[in-house]
Amino acid sequence: MSELYQTRFVYGEALLEAGQRYDNVVALDADLYTSTRTVLFREAFPERFVDMGIAEMDMMSTAAGLAACGMAPFVNSFAMFLTAHCYDQLRIQICYPRLHVVLAGSSAGLTQGPDGASHQSLEDMALMRALPNMTVLAPADAIETRAMTLAAAHDLTGPIYLRLGRYPVPNLHEADYTFQVGKATWLRQGRDVALIACGHMVHASVVAAEMLNQQGISASVVNMSTVKPLDVEAVEAALAGSRLLVTVEEHSIIGGLGSAVAEVLADRGAGVRLLRLGTRDVFGESATADELLEKHGLTPAGIRESVLRAPKD
Amino acid sequence: MRSIQELERLATELRLHIMNMMGANKAHHFGGSLSAADLMTGIYFHGMRYDPQNPAWPERDRFVMSKGHCVPAQYAALAMLGVFPLAELATLKQLGTRLQGHPAAHLLPGIEACTGSLGQGLSFANGMALAGRMQQRDYRLYCLMGDGETHEGQVWEAARTTAQQRLHNVTAIIDRNGLKAMDSSYAAADLGHLAGRWAALGWAVREIDGHNMAEIVTALDWARAEDQAPCVILAATVKGRGVSFLEGQAQYHNAALSPEQLAAAIAELEAPVTRGAKEQAQ
Repeated sequence: MSELYQTRFVYGEALLEAGQRYDNVVALDADLYTSTRTVLFREAFPERFVDMGIAEMDMMSTAAGLAACGMAPFVNSFAMFLTAHCYDQLRIQICYPRLHVVLAGSSAGLTQGPDGASHQSLEDMALMRALPNMTVLAPADAIETRAMTLAAAHDLTGPIYLRLGRYPVPNLHEADYTFQVGKATWLRQGRDVALIACGHMVHASVVAAEMLNQQGISASVVNMSTVKPLDVEAVEAALAGSRLLVTVEEHSIIGGLGSAVAEVLADRGAGVRLLRLGTRDVFGESATADELLEKHGLTPAGIRESVLRAPKD
Repeated sequence: MRSIQELERLATELRLHIMNMMGANKAHHFGGSLSAADLMTGIYFHGMRYDPQNPAWPERDRFVMSKGHCVPAQYAALAMLGVFPLAELATLKQLGTRLQGHPAAHLLPGIEACTGSLGQGLSFANGMALAGRMQQRDYRLYCLMGDGETHEGQVWEAARTTAQQRLHNVTAIIDRNGLKAMDSSYAAADLGHLAGRWAALGWAVREIDGHNMAEIVTALDWARAEDQAPCVILAATVKGRGVSFLEGQAQYHNAALSPEQLAAAIAELEAPVTRGAKEQAQ
């Protein structure tokens, strides 16, 4: 059994590394620094850590001012608060002038778990995708989380949304993996079905593909870790080799990865069926992460069942 | 150092630019731009350390127009300083212009922050002040807000942050014209305790007549000298100040003037300029 990692924990370590590499990296936090793991950065660089108190709107606008003066601010909170609570500030003060601000959305998705609907971000990627100039990243494992965090600190420009989770997953990429924004990674090549996933759901999709293989269905798995800008070529490649496309995300099927892929298929006039797996226009609820994944069909077995039940035409 | 009289002349010139760029038959935010005209003149022509030839100078003082709908007053000041050509003022809100209806920092030199949704500017100024501290620069920050704007909760989040982070190089200025878009700024939310609220959060407070240039200059000098607290200047103003039929009228928050009204407004503003020129000639 390989080691499991929560991407939010890996992020905290990578942010510290980014702070060591780049003098202009700043972290802002709204009273969640042990959860968001900015506690490591806070201890190492107190002069570059800004404790905003419980004031996300003020935090977002303050980050904009820092970025306008050449700093590289990382804004930290739970994914839902970061994207929804201060959307207006993000939209006008950061996205409009295309300032380089990184939003680290922690504990994203259903697997936030017991706190329930208020804390479970199922619309965050939809909100972020709709904003001009925004890049949306959802790393699949520890290796990718570190690579994305370091890239976001220095190599990338403009506003970046980094979607982080608390569900433990093993590494799927090799240690020498290099992240390229807008480039999907093929983790498995199949002939019948293509599973296009992001975040935690990439690992679930890999396991589902192995299960399907045992039943004679050959499935590709594509890690679409950049949700915006979408890797259109990867979608086209998946189209070429499959009778069925499946998107898998721990997010509403409205506005996220499923919608992004559907838009490409519609643009191409591709007559291939697309199965969008995710939450189906509902709010979350309190339960354990595993109970919620099961309820919404987002376990490997749930993904397999959805593929087997899909119409064959 | 400019004299009070010179600053007053510049304020009238700034008002004329506001009227001319807005023109007739188009809805514009006349009232709030005119109420802020004297403050804007004092800030840009007296208060700030600023090089119009190099608006990206890292050591410059920075001004944030938090009440973004009044950005024409800032456009006028920047053009008068020569940051961009005066002729460009006429492109206000036209397709393809850098002079958007609300400030666009990425389009026009001299604009620091994108605003337009009220209540966000002071937080942005705080962020720039924090960056200045981290980069060991000693520039100052100025943030102009409307009194109605202080209904927004984020203003008070930001005011707490300024004090908490000891950003004593931040100066907030409240253009207290007493009117918002619909009616009195006091109609929906009592602002009678504005001075006390800022003071309670740790700000040094000064109340002035926002149309008295000597008081504006003195208050800006006071703010620059104060190093134990961030400073807020509560400036009592009149919406539409300088054009008699606009003064104190909420309906001209965002409205169009007829060509006759525009001509009358310009004539009224030009009268003291002409008078002043004659006096100088004598």
